[in-house]
Amino acid sequence: MVLVRFAWARPCVPWRSLNASFSVFTFRSLSTTQSIQSDSSVPAARDGRQFRLAVIGSGPAGFYTAYRAMSKIPDAKVDMYEALPVPFGLVRFGVAPDHPEVKNCQEKFEEVASSPNFTFIGNVSIGTKSDHPDGATVPLASILRHYNAVVFSYGAAKDRKLGIPGEDLKGVYSARQFVGWYNGLPEHANLAPDLTQGEEAVIIGQGNVALDVARMLLEDVDVLRKSDIAEHAIETLSKSKVKRVHIVGRRGPMQAAFTIKEIRELMRLPSVAFHPIDKSLIPPDLKSLPRAPRRLMDILLKGSPTPPSDASNQKSWSLDFLLSPTAFLSSSTDPDHLATTQFARTTLTPSPFDPNAYALPSPPSSSSTTTLPSAITFRSIGYRSTPLPEFAPLGIPFNDRWGVISNDGRGRVRHEERGADAAMAMGAFPGLYCAGWVKRGPTGVIASTMEDAFSTADAIAEDWATRATSGRVVPFLNDDRAPGEVRGWEGVRAEAFTSSSSSRGGAVEKARVVDWEGWKKIDAAERERGRRVGKEREKFTSTQDMLAVLG
Amino acid sequence: MSTPNLLAQTLPILRLTSRRTTGVIALHVRCYTQATAAPLPAGPSRALRTTARRSPLAVHIPKRPFSVSSAVFHGHIQPPKPGEELYVTFIDKEGAEHKFAVSKGDNLLDIAQANDLEMEGACGGSCACSTCHVIVMDQEYYDKMPEPDDDENDMLDLAFGLQETSRLGCQVVMTPELDGLRVKLPSMTRNLQSKDFN
Ligand SMILES: Cc1cc2nc3c(=O)[nH]c(=O)nc-3n(C[C@H](O)[C@H](O)[C@H](O)COP(=O)(O)OP(=O)(O)OC[C@H]3O[C@@H](n4cnc5c(N)ncnc54)[C@H](O)[C@@H]3O)c2cc1C
Ligand SMILES: NC(=O)c1ccc[n+]([C@@H]2O[C@H](COP(=O)([O-])OP(=O)(O)OC[C@H]3O[C@@H](n4cnc5c(N)ncnc54)[C@H](OP(=O)(O)O)[C@@H]3O)[C@@H](O)[C@H]2O)c1
Ligand code: FES
Repeated sequence: MVLVRFAWARPCVPWRSLNASFSVFTFRSLSTTQSIQSDSSVPAARDGRQFRLAVIGSGPAGFYTAYRAMSKIPDAKVDMYEALPVPFGLVRFGVAPDHPEVKNCQEKFEEVASSPNFTFIGNVSIGTKSDHPDGATVPLASILRHYNAVVFSYGAAKDRKLGIPGEDLKGVYSARQFVGWYNGLPEHANLAPDLTQGEEAVIIGQGNVALDVARMLLEDVDVLRKSDIAEHAIETLSKSKVKRVHIVGRRGPMQAAFTIKEIRELMRLPSVAFHPIDKSLIPPDLKSLPRAPRRLMDILLKGSPTPPSDASNQKSWSLDFLLSPTAFLSSSTDPDHLATTQFARTTLTPSPFDPNAYALPSPPSSSSTTTLPSAITFRSIGYRSTPLPEFAPLGIPFNDRWGVISNDGRGRVRHEERGADAAMAMGAFPGLYCAGWVKRGPTGVIASTMEDAFSTADAIAEDWATRATSGRVVPFLNDDRAPGEVRGWEGVRAEAFTSSSSSRGGAVEKARVVDWEGWKKIDAAERERGRRVGKEREKFTSTQDMLAVLG
Repeated sequence: MSTPNLLAQTLPILRLTSRRTTGVIALHVRCYTQATAAPLPAGPSRALRTTARRSPLAVHIPKRPFSVSSAVFHGHIQPPKPGEELYVTFIDKEGAEHKFAVSKGDNLLDIAQANDLEMEGACGGSCACSTCHVIVMDQEYYDKMPEPDDDENDMLDLAFGLQETSRLGCQVVMTPELDGLRVKLPSMTRNLQSKDFN
């Protein structure tokens, strides 16, 4: 039953071409004076309405959008829905445990949550069945009935696959599972990766996630022990036999996705050696390179202070370039278990030094394929967002190719369509916005996610204020309802969490909603568990244990 | 196939000399009468704000309406002792100037936050996020600062709009030599990657 209908309306604001709306920067520079005005002229209420915003997902994108929207629209009421009982998304379940300083952004999120105009609604999944049995699910249609606007900031909870033979063999893991596992994500708490099958590990992909995985495998367990890493991970890592880590890319160092800070961290690991890289892939004249690639090439050439040796206990790593994976192979003795990873050699065109070079398969020859022994292999080729199942029936556009909600670059949900005159026009979706990885694709550090969230919040504030500045009205959700009827969480709760909804939604009324105070209790309990064992925090790794804290 | 990273990272880098930078920015700086004679405003930090920052018609909406007081929240800033004031000027994204009297030892992130300038400082000053990027306006002042270390340079490599005199605000500590320092906040902190939008 869908009450909200979406008309393929003509764009209500002139649609800026993607290029023109490329960045906040462009927008700001176009309207310097205007943006100061709109800061102060965004009305608290429009036609007597208080602005009610639902944010789906509590990662950095959700929190920074809420923060900025609340700063720009006085008295805006923001309700944030989170599928898990605990907030912060990848800041909690992605960022490596030995990067505690990165998690300092949580301070700002705490500040946002302390506003009386902000409500956290944890353990409630929107539009897709909660992936844990203790969680509630609320239909997206129900959210759309009770807010003026909705921001999708639900991140990227799946991973990309290679689609090559043997991907399902035992011993092939996705980096996303492994990262979730060591960070205590309930979904992967039982992964139990086997690190005892041999000494060689292969990581496919050369992004920063690949480097995180490598660091976990190479770092001294006693250093990790003091972090907030999950206890089960410490146990498994302390029994690990892995000594040699290959981080494999299909292109070269000039094209690699990793950044210098993470490379330096690996280079600095005490008594861990880096195998020198293939110098032919590095431009001979470093001085002519721009600053960032010059510094990166420099550190790759310098290598690690510890040279590789034959010492039996030495751990080491390498960056292996120009190899594209073609198959995961098992051994004849154990056909279910990975033994080697097979690669095809690639050639970079137009040149190995071109940062935009493509990897083409090398011409067939005796050496055009190679294999690496692999006791374990991690696929680290990127995360992937998926549409909520309710998007299709509601007609909300999702670009499967890029794995993003279709939008105008500033976070307004838009769909390109060909009109009768064959010209492209934009279908508008009043009141729907997106931010973060589900808007931009699964790349970017917290700083870029923040800027991106700010640009979405600025678009929302600008749309809400349009009548005041230009006399036009940008439509929002539920414009036709009387002001008091758009009640946000109160309305959703009354609708979805009554016993009569059990016939529709199943366990909804039994599931426990976790508010911010509830999270603070879970947080305190985790810190206390950590204190007892000399760690910053010992996370609960099951939703049941999290909820048990709340009695 | 995703669009490669490195070139995209290097493209937005503007390599301007500091003289030229100053020239470009000067175009956007509006004229203000500086309230140098006015008594220091009461408040968590003794800020000397330039006046008429906003149009007099516009109601001033604080940037952080729900924080208790960011100066208390990030409570690392002491008001300077009389006679020991050091002055630092921030030029914000709209080109407006804000001049503050601060103490020796304060870093630029703490100063900006205590005065509600738009500087996130997402990692809390740990040199791990680059959201506190500032551009030093005069080469002469840049040269007086201790050189950025590898960690700071690594983060700067990722900062949007990197310039020759870029620094991370959390790593720049006020000293008497830096009295009169002027820094600009870049228009955007993110590192634009072309693949972010395609
Ligand atoms: C392994 C890893 C390490 C990283 N390390 C760093 C680092 O060191 N430094 C750095 O700057 N950046 C790092 N990043 C990048 C950073 O984490 C991202 O830029 C950022 O988290 C993206 O934010 P987001 O809000 O879009 O998504 P997310 O953080 O994924 O948040 C999405 C949230 O939505 C929730 N959700 C999903 N579906 C629903 C639903 N249907 N209903 C309700 N809620 C839902 C999820 O549970 C989650 O909490 C790392 C990323 C990864 C993957
Ligand atoms: N410490 C940190 O700051 C930190 C830590 C972790 C993550 N992050 C951020 O989080 C984001 C996501 O990181 P990520 O590592 O998941 O993604 P990423 O940076 O996009 O890297 C993906 C890697 O996978 C490779 N790849 C993709 N498809 C492939 C295929 N079919 N075959 C072989 N290789 C393939 C890519 O190579 P090509 O380039 O050839 O496509 C690239 O090397 C990044 O922006 C990252 O910076 C930051
Ligand atoms: S505050 Fe994060 S780098 Fe300065």
